[in-house]
Amino acid sequence: MIINPAIIALVGGSLLITAFALYALATALRILRHWDIRSGSEGQLALERKTYLISTIFAYLLGFELFSLFLFVFTAEHMHGLFVGAMCAAGSLGVNDYGYPTLILKTVTFMFCGVWVIVNHTDNRCSDYPLIRPKYRLLILLTVLMGLGTFLQTGYFAGLRADVITSCCGTLFSGDTESIAAGIAGLPAGATRIAFYLTVILTLRVGIHVLVTGRGAGAFGLLAGMTTVVSLIALISFIAPYYYELPTHHCPFCLLQEDYNYIGYPLYLSLFTAGVTGAGTGVLGLLKGPPSLEAVIPSLQRRLCLFSMAGFAIFTLMATWPMVFGDFVLGS
Amino acid sequence: MKWIERQRAFMDYTLSSLWRRKLRNLALLMVYTLVIFLLSSVIFFTDALRKEAAAVLEAGPEMIVQRTVGGRHSLIPVAYAERIERIRGASSVRPRLWGYYYHQASRTNYTILVPETFSGPDDTVQTGGGVLRTWGALWDGRMYFRTHDGNSLFLLPTSAMSDGADLVTADLILMSEPTFRKISGVPEGHATDLVVRVRNERERPTVAEKIVRELPDTRPILREEIARTYAAIFDWRAGYVVVLLGSAVLAFFIFAWDKATGLSAEEKTEIGILKGIGWDTSDVLMMKFWEGAVVSVSAFALGAITGYVHVYFASASLFEHALKGWSILYPKFTLRPQVSAYQLAVLFFLTVVPYTLLTVVPTWKVAVTDPDAVMRR
Repeated sequence: MIINPAIIALVGGSLLITAFALYALATALRILRHWDIRSGSEGQLALERKTYLISTIFAYLLGFELFSLFLFVFTAEHMHGLFVGAMCAAGSLGVNDYGYPTLILKTVTFMFCGVWVIVNHTDNRCSDYPLIRPKYRLLILLTVLMGLGTFLQTGYFAGLRADVITSCCGTLFSGDTESIAAGIAGLPAGATRIAFYLTVILTLRVGIHVLVTGRGAGAFGLLAGMTTVVSLIALISFIAPYYYELPTHHCPFCLLQEDYNYIGYPLYLSLFTAGVTGAGTGVLGLLKGPPSLEAVIPSLQRRLCLFSMAGFAIFTLMATWPMVFGDFVLGS
Repeated sequence: MKWIERQRAFMDYTLSSLWRRKLRNLALLMVYTLVIFLLSSVIFFTDALRKEAAAVLEAGPEMIVQRTVGGRHSLIPVAYAERIERIRGASSVRPRLWGYYYHQASRTNYTILVPETFSGPDDTVQTGGGVLRTWGALWDGRMYFRTHDGNSLFLLPTSAMSDGADLVTADLILMSEPTFRKISGVPEGHATDLVVRVRNERERPTVAEKIVRELPDTRPILREEIARTYAAIFDWRAGYVVVLLGSAVLAFFIFAWDKATGLSAEEKTEIGILKGIGWDTSDVLMMKFWEGAVVSVSAFALGAITGYVHVYFASASLFEHALKGWSILYPKFTLRPQVSAYQLAVLFFLTVVPYTLLTVVPTWKVAVTDPDAVMRR
């Protein structure tokens, strides 16, 4: 176990976040059991008030989850000097088996949290709470994810021993090892580039269709999810090397550093925004409900779709920038 | 645009409401600021020390070879150097002479060292920034030394080393080899340790392994190992100080919780009236969010700035001894001011995040109060 202020902050913060998620979940389950929208009793009124508490808690948790995701990577980066062979966050995260699963789970939790907040927002726009059951059932999954994330993160920090030999980002993300990450780095840059631009263009095209006709939201959500994954792969495969101006450097974390003008933050933030709002558009498209719900969904959906398209467009522009205006050329 | 206008109106209302109860809010703000000040001082200070240590080590030798006898550091025969030089990969080996000198008049330990090239004559020394200030009286402009066999030796301090930001040169005295041997008693043919240069970074562990095989009574230490150890120590110290401060931080959170729960009758009436004139529960929650944000941001800015001043302009006088952890006789030094986004993010996560979460439930309780229940009272 290594103890430093950042680790205390992350572990303590995650425990607190999980505790609040559990508290909110317990309240939600109580609401589910006694919920009766037609009743005007004192009890039902109290339950309706409690929904505000849950919404507020999860709105904060969404923000803190995103923050803790970046802080986690930042801390791994900060600690790399403690491990032989680790040259950045990529090496620190590989020190034990918990590092990468924690990172992936944190990202997934943030995405789910974002979708939940979108569904919750939609539900709150209607006077008769049409989505109360599905959305509170989704909370169970979300809380489990948060709890699991806390467990993995604690396991990661508890298992750290300074001086354990790890592979640095040079070997982890270089073409000849057998890991998944290296597999991504080793993908042919040309083909990945074509796949990336194709999915982005397709998503934007379907997005325009959704904006104009109001149909095809489900397909857009699916495409947005796929584009997010393809973008992450593209980031490791060829976008990062363009920013580093080094064909062998594929690390997705060094982009977050000062040396590269913190370009990683706008890149990841635009991509995450696009992913969450895109998935939200799709999820809203799947929802069926009373007329009150049908009335609010189309306008919300359009706005989310617009956000998602803007996010993907900004990400793609930033990814293309160094290819067009930089001196560095990556052969395929 | 409408959304922004709406938030501006909330902000406007929140600020005026905070200002109306300035004394009550000031108490909270002060304690909040104090907590952030304490934590930011710890974080800034250890990070500055860590960077300082790394900067010092950067100029240091890549590998040091010590001899151990009975598990303790002992003088190394200079002849070992030739045997190490024969190892492929080691580009140069240099015996190094250094030690500590205890000066009774100032009751201070100084570091004495023979540099690679010492320009002055044998009866002169070069001193670091803090030496002459603490040494005490000079004898005819010369420093009095007591040699290892009890004789006295007067040496003329010539140029002082540049003060700089360096921790290491503060107590350093440089001298020639014969003078050093006279004072310390290190016999000819022996040195304190050996400095080995290995040009290829990746070969260092292999060369170290070969040295141990060739000379089993030695202990090679790599520069990276020292750097790693320092980094670990400073991280660890900061962690423990934060844990110790934990009780204070916890007390603050309980205070904040209590403050958010125990609203005055006046405030309750205010919320009741707001709801009476058409505010929604979510509007009250939004107003309370802005209130928390204003308090947190002010406390965060104030605390971080005072922490910065404390560390970089007042040498972190509150934590100096706990965190620096070496000789308290060290002369004063100023650290290079630097604040990173990482430090601020850690600080934010340690303070603002728990504060915000802990005040959610009391805030919600306030926001859902019935207007008639409050106004009837």
